[in-house]
Amino acid sequence: MAEPYDRGIIEDFGRWKGFSAGMWAWILHKFTGWILIGYLFMHVSVLSTALVSGDVYTQTIQGLEGLAIVRVMEVGLLAVAVFHIMNGTRLLLVDLGLGLDQQDKAFYASLLLTAIIAVASVPTFLQGAF
Amino acid sequence: MAERYSSFSGGGRMWLLQRVTAAFLIFVLAFHFFQLHFVQHAADITFAGTQARMEQPVYYATMVLFLVTATFHGVNGVYNALINQGLSGRLRSVVKWLLVIASVALIVQGIRVANVMAGVQLT
Repeated sequence: MAEPYDRGIIEDFGRWKGFSAGMWAWILHKFTGWILIGYLFMHVSVLSTALVSGDVYTQTIQGLEGLAIVRVMEVGLLAVAVFHIMNGTRLLLVDLGLGLDQQDKAFYASLLLTAIIAVASVPTFLQGAF
Repeated sequence: MAERYSSFSGGGRMWLLQRVTAAFLIFVLAFHFFQLHFVQHAADITFAGTQARMEQPVYYATMVLFLVTATFHGVNGVYNALINQGLSGRLRSVVKWLLVIASVALIVQGIRVANVMAGVQLT
């Protein structure tokens, strides 16, 4: 197992100054991945109210959906999921050796599509929230 | 063909499973979001509605497979990310088994919930 090479604090900070699409794609894929797996554990916990009774399940979900902050966070969750799906598709294509010279453009397309889908979903997600 | 780059040559089993589950999850996660936010608004969800969906064998099977693949993909992703950050040695084994236990617990709990929703009774 190779030890991680310590580049020193100056170089670590310096790396943030240079923009690289690949680095940001990697960071955002990890970040959205952590959120999605965290959400999965939370989601199953909430759905587990069905084990108590059908009424408790319905009340819990409708109670949560009645909170504006939950609705706003759901738009965030959608954005996170859409980006992970789009960038994940890009990664699968890279693994297959497809579009290797279009990687940067595919990353920008992932960001753009995520933004469009998230913004377009706002009316549906926030309907009756405020 | 031999000249063509592909990382599908000589990868490990976990590496391949991460890609196979990814391909499945792309469609099922998109379907799940679409179904429960656009077709059916999340705010209108009731146990009766959930039950009606989960009683359909294909829907039930898809959701259980969704749970298993998402848990594997997510937890394996976390494990890979930690190794990438330098996790190694004994701590790596401890983290690995903690993640395995958390995954099994999540899947068992998820299937218990799915069975209640679908009206499946074991015994």
